Amino acid sequence: MAKVSFVVNGEARTLDLDTRTTLLDALREHLHLTGTKKGCDHGQCGACTVMVDGRRINSCLTLAVMHEGDDITTIEGLGTPQKLHPMQAAFVKHDGYQCGYCTPGQICSAVAALDEIKAGIPSHVSADLTAPPQLTAIELRERMSGNICRCGAYSNILDAIAEVAGRTS
Amino acid sequence: MKFDAPATFNPIDRLKVVGRPTDRIDGPLKATGTAPYAYERHDVVPNQAYGYVVGSAIAKGRIASIDLKDAAAAPGVLAVVTAQNAGKLDKGEFNVARLFGGPDIQHYHQAIALVVAETFEQARAAAQLVRVDYVPAKGAFDLAAAKDAAIKLEPSFGGPADTAAGDFAGAFAKAPVRLDATYSTPDQSHAMMEPHASIAAWDGDRLTVWTSNQMIDWGTTDMAKTLRIGKEKVRLVSPYIGGGFGGKLFLRADALLAALGARAAKRPVKVALPRPLMINNTTHRPATIQRIRIGATKDGKIAAIGHESWSGNLPGGDPETAVGQTRLLYAGKNRMTAMRTAHLDLAEGNAMRAPGEAPGMMALEIAIDEMAEKLNLDPIEFRIRNDTQVDPEHPQRPFSQRQLIECLRIGSDRFGWSKRNPAPGKTRDGRWLVGLGVAAAFRNNLLAPSGARVRLDDRGIVTVETDMTDIGTGSYTIIAQTAAEMMGVSLDKVVVRLGDSAFPVSCGSGGQFGANNSTSGVYAACVKLREAVARKLGFNSPDVAFVDGEVRSGNRSVALAEAAGERGLAAEDAIEYGELDKTYQQSTFGAHFVEVAVDAATAEIRLRRMLAVCAAGRILNPKSARSQVIGAMTMGAGAALMEELVVDKRRGFFVNHDLAGYEVPVHADIPHQDVIFLDETDPISSPMKAKGVGELGICGVGAAVANAIYNATGVRVRDYPITLDKLLDRLPEMA
Ligand code: FES
Ligand code: FES
Repeated sequence: MAKVSFVVNGEARTLDLDTRTTLLDALREHLHLTGTKKGCDHGQCGACTVMVDGRRINSCLTLAVMHEGDDITTIEGLGTPQKLHPMQAAFVKHDGYQCGYCTPGQICSAVAALDEIKAGIPSHVSADLTAPPQLTAIELRERMSGNICRCGAYSNILDAIAEVAGRTS
Repeated sequence: MKFDAPATFNPIDRLKVVGRPTDRIDGPLKATGTAPYAYERHDVVPNQAYGYVVGSAIAKGRIASIDLKDAAAAPGVLAVVTAQNAGKLDKGEFNVARLFGGPDIQHYHQAIALVVAETFEQARAAAQLVRVDYVPAKGAFDLAAAKDAAIKLEPSFGGPADTAAGDFAGAFAKAPVRLDATYSTPDQSHAMMEPHASIAAWDGDRLTVWTSNQMIDWGTTDMAKTLRIGKEKVRLVSPYIGGGFGGKLFLRADALLAALGARAAKRPVKVALPRPLMINNTTHRPATIQRIRIGATKDGKIAAIGHESWSGNLPGGDPETAVGQTRLLYAGKNRMTAMRTAHLDLAEGNAMRAPGEAPGMMALEIAIDEMAEKLNLDPIEFRIRNDTQVDPEHPQRPFSQRQLIECLRIGSDRFGWSKRNPAPGKTRDGRWLVGLGVAAAFRNNLLAPSGARVRLDDRGIVTVETDMTDIGTGSYTIIAQTAAEMMGVSLDKVVVRLGDSAFPVSCGSGGQFGANNSTSGVYAACVKLREAVARKLGFNSPDVAFVDGEVRSGNRSVALAEAAGERGLAAEDAIEYGELDKTYQQSTFGAHFVEVAVDAATAEIRLRRMLAVCAAGRILNPKSARSQVIGAMTMGAGAALMEELVVDKRRGFFVNHDLAGYEVPVHADIPHQDVIFLDETDPISSPMKAKGVGELGICGVGAAVANAIYNATGVRVRDYPITLDKLLDRLPEMA
């Protein structure tokens, strides 16, 4: 067991955890923040995507005790049913989901991916690694490809992200 | 309510709420992570312990001994359950293999133990300490090798095994233009994003399971049967389901083992199947080998059509009914179909999205493309020439609706089909070889009884309760739309509660029958509630109308809230069907169009555009229906290009049993997708005049991709998935 303290969605939390506990299970099983999903527990699906210090990560692939002092944002930190984040609202409007299980991961990933583009971080499909990456469909699809949606809502998810990107850029 | 005559004008036809592209009412919950899935129900019962499943490491044989000592002594462990200490168990009606194996083992990763501990980490660690001594037996794992010994087995759905009309052999032999080709489709996995998961809690001899299940009543029945207790003692609750695709139709090991673990540990237990266990532990879509023979006249009329399919399963399992659509899709006097089933000792084969038609259409619609080419006909024209408005085996039996030709024509216009170069391998766009492909879509419309309860309270709120499930299909929303339309209220006045065995039994989710049947059940209950409201108000003339939250008759009008009064009003009913599906063939139709680009040097395949045109009765919510179709197109693209469970033929298991090895489409694989719904109502189908659409979208799309790849490259691949290695050495010479 070990103590770990971090900030989740703006709130300071301290947990006494089995050191084998993943960040994902710390959130879901200990803090009861079940918006972050477990699809594979092996870094293969993206359902567990959260933002740590502003960068998206697969929370199943990292141990909770490695995050002492970190600032963690989960889907619950983005918005609520009464007060949706613009990305959440766009997913509802464009029906960017079906079963909803991959959705929190898609939304966290989408928010972070737009930030990455804004920060000038290139991707595998960026033609020029030194020029600012473009907000194209192909860039967005590439950057979102770590988030599987078996329901196959991709075409709608892309419409939702593109709408938010257009609004914020 | 018995539906035994075609629907006439009814309150649904007002289309004030039904038929509109409404946002999902559960959308904000899903988008904020507040929709509760099975494993997340910290709220329902305190003191939940964690169960971790141990799967068999052999495919066939038996357990000689199992040593639980170290596991039981590990930190935090509360109980270790095996088939030996679990008490006597039956097998569920819908299960082929037992959910809890041992001493006999029927397939790889069959569950053989559950370790229950205080924490997930403890349970997982202790599960590694269960030591098993196996005696492996020889099994059969190779469909191609077992094919010749396959037997005739009547399937429980989608049969019979053999069909014939006219003289197939004679007509095929005489036909001037003939195709005789063999196709194969691999084993595939549902790979839904939410793993099978359950929380079980006992209260005396009563069991409650919060689970992820498409068919609540089947699950409740089989849980009771397996545990040998009364069905009235079992409650299943499944309000949100993170995908199913047929993989959650049945009671599975997570639910049974949670119940057994909770009994042994004397406290609630939660169990999720670890992702790497899912593929071999649960069901999958069986591989097929299909032979198709088509004989036609020179002017492109089919004279003979034959379709045979071989698949494998465990003893007691069904064949994959891949020949079904061939009995109905095209005209032709002389026809035959046959299915043969080989004994295989892989995990149980069972329904996956559009069982039968999905793999069947993958083969048939390549065959049609090949035949059109032999006849020197455009593949759309060939299909049009062989359209039929009646069941070809029983010409006195018409289709209730059949707009296949319209789908093909409209799609052809919208997609720019006329620009396609019929000569394959001739269209270049820089380094890319470009091709267009088309295929018909076909899937039957299935009718099933479905019940619901509706309540009206003194705030004018209508509450619908049914054990129907929403697996991403949009059930919550279309059921709310139906109740709102029937009771004349706005959508925000309707509350929908689903997925609880305490509610009336519905059709459940499967076979694209959910939307039409479950809303028809809600329609029936609402008809009764309307009668109750009218009766209470003493409105007995036929002009009673439910509009804008009021009941009106003559010059009287009363607010629904007032009519309900303090005690409220409730009604329950179910839809049942007469013989209309025997008098008429009820099916859904569509056309898939695909543009692909294939790298001329590397044979990398990219999808560029996809369009589906669907004729599937009334579309209850075009927004969620469209999502069903694009989702199905995506899964069909996966089937065409990448999905394949690879069989280890020595050890007998699917090797690529996780999401890293079993590849499904990701964002980068899928282009923008378009869907067009034809304006259609089918009064023969139900009072909703709707049919299913969620599986139509996967039927044919794989072949459209295959045909587009052929058009791009001139390489005909008949063995799915079409990966670049199957094209590479046959590509056109580079200029
Ligand atoms: S649960 Fe973390 S990537 Fe799948
Ligand atoms: S919405 Fe079901 S997996 Fe994406």
